[in-house]
Amino acid sequence: MTPPGRVHPKIITEDLSVSFGETEALRGVSLRIPGNRVTVLIGPSGCGKTTLLRSLNRLNELTPGAHRTGRILIDGVEIHGPEVDPTELRRRVGMIFQKSNPFPQSIYENVAYGPRLNGVRSRAQLDEVIESSLRVVGLWDEVRGHLRSSALALSGGQQQRLCIARALAVGPEVLLMDEPATALDPAATGRIEDLIYELKSSVTIVMVTHNLQQAARVSDVTAFLYRGRLVEADLTRTMFTSPRMPETEGYITGRFG
Amino acid sequence: MRLRIVAGDWPAALFTGVASAATVSMLLVVSLLLLKGGWGTLSLEFLIAAPKNGMTEGGVFPAIVGTVLLVLVMSLVAVPLGTATAFYLHEYTGLHSRRVEMFRFVIRALAGIPAIVFGLFGLAFFVNFMGGNLDVLGGLEQGPRWGQPNLLWAGMTMALLTLPVVIVTVEESLSAVPREARETSFALGASKLATLRSVVLPQALPGILTAAILAVSRGAGEVAPIMFTGAAYYVPEIPGALTDQFMELGYHLYVMATQSTDVQATAGIQHATAFLLLVLTGALNLSAVLLRARIRARRWR
Repeated sequence: MTPPGRVHPKIITEDLSVSFGETEALRGVSLRIPGNRVTVLIGPSGCGKTTLLRSLNRLNELTPGAHRTGRILIDGVEIHGPEVDPTELRRRVGMIFQKSNPFPQSIYENVAYGPRLNGVRSRAQLDEVIESSLRVVGLWDEVRGHLRSSALALSGGQQQRLCIARALAVGPEVLLMDEPATALDPAATGRIEDLIYELKSSVTIVMVTHNLQQAARVSDVTAFLYRGRLVEADLTRTMFTSPRMPETEGYITGRFG
Repeated sequence: MRLRIVAGDWPAALFTGVASAATVSMLLVVSLLLLKGGWGTLSLEFLIAAPKNGMTEGGVFPAIVGTVLLVLVMSLVAVPLGTATAFYLHEYTGLHSRRVEMFRFVIRALAGIPAIVFGLFGLAFFVNFMGGNLDVLGGLEQGPRWGQPNLLWAGMTMALLTLPVVIVTVEESLSAVPREARETSFALGASKLATLRSVVLPQALPGILTAAILAVSRGAGEVAPIMFTGAAYYVPEIPGALTDQFMELGYHLYVMATQSTDVQATAGIQHATAFLLLVLTGALNLSAVLLRARIRARRWR
C-alpha cells in the first residue's frame, strides 16, 4: 500500500479504524501520504473518505459517539499522543470544507480569525498576514478596496478562496480539503485547481473528491477507499491507467459507485 | 411563496381569517375602551406628576419610572443567568444525558409555577433570608436596610419568573448556529471557549435579545411577584437605590381597583394607567425588536 516514489511520507496512518456508535466508518486503513504533494481520496459515497480526512486533524473526536483505534503519525509524531494539543495540531493541519462557509463578518475579520487565535495583536502584522494570504489565493486585487464589507457578499468561488486564505493565514503545513469545488461553476473550479497546484510547493494537500477528472488533473497520488477499507493507493497516473485491484478499475471506469 | 386560495380552501381560509381578526380586534377593543375611559385623565401632568390627594388626583410618574427600573433590574439578572444556563445545557453537556434531562424537567416545572408563589418565595428567600442575613452581617445599628422589600429583591423575584423563557429561547438560538460554523472555528485551531466567544455568541446574539424581549413581555405585566417583595402602595419619590421601594403601574392599578375607599372616584386614573401600561410594554418590546434588527443588519453589512 506504499505509493512508490522517493518522497518522504508526511503523514502515516497505521491500522486506523473509526466508528460512530454502531457504524464502522473506517476499517484498518494504513496509508502513507507524501509531503508537498497532492493526495486525493476517492471512492463511492459512504466509503469513509471524509472520515479519513477528518481523522487527520482530529475533528471526528468532536462528534459524540466517535471511537478510534490505530495510529496517525505526522512527521513521525503520533498525533493522539498525550503531549499533543488538538488545537495546536489543527493550526498545523488546516481544513477546507465542502460548502464555503465564511463567518458572517467582514472579509478582514474572516482572515484575521486564525492569526488572532495565535495571539497576533499588532495591526501592522495582521494587515500583512491578511494581504499575503489573500494574494496567495488571488483574491487581493478583487477585494482590497472593501476588506471591511461582508464576506457573504462575495460570489461562491470567491468565498471558497477566502476560506482557503483564512486557513492559510494560520500557516499550516498540511491542508485538508473536503470536496472544495463541488458547489462551484467550472470557471471557479478551475481557479481552485490552479491554486491547489501552486500551493503544493509549500503545503501537503489531502483532498476528497467525487470528480475523477479532477482527481486525475490535480493529484500526484490517489487512494481508493471502498466500504471503509483502503483498496489501493498509488501514483495517480498508475492508478488511472493500470489499477491492480478489480474494484478500483470498476470504480474508475464507472461500472459502480 | 403565496398561493392563491382555490375553491376547496375557503372554509379553512375563512376560519383562520376570522380567528386572526378576532385576536387583533380584541387588543384593539381593549385599547379603545381604556383610551375612552382614561381620555379625560391622560395629560402631560398625568405623565410627569406624582399622585396626590390620597391618589385620587395627580399623575403616575413614579410608577412609570418604577416599572422601567424593575424591568431593567429583572433583565440584568435574568438575561445573563439564563444565557449562561442555556450555554451550559447546550454546549457543555451531552444533549440527552440524564443530568440535562433533569435540568430541563426542573426548568419546565419552574415555568409552570403560579406567579403568586414566586412572590411568596421572594419574600421568604430574598427579603427575609438573604436581606435579613445581610443586615445581620452589616450590623443592625441603622435598622433593616436589605431585609425589607425593595427594587433589587423584586427584580430578582421577577427574574426567577422569566428565567425559563430566557433559557429556552437562548437554547433555540444556539441550536440554530450551524455545526459547520463551529467546526470551521475548531479546524482553525480555536479552543472551545474561543469558538463560543467568537463564533457562537455573536451568531446567537439576536436570539439572546429575543429572549430579553420575551422576558420583558412576560414580566412587565405581572403584579403578584412584586406585591410582597418591593412594590409600594404610595411612594411619591423616584427610587434612588436598589434598597428603595417603588411604585409600579400594574400594582398601582391593582391598588386603586381593590384597596381604595372610593373606587369610582379613580376610574379615570385606572383606565389611563392601564392604557399606559399597555403602551409602555409595547414600547419596551418595540425598542428591543429595533435593537435586534440593528444587530442583524450590522452583521450583514
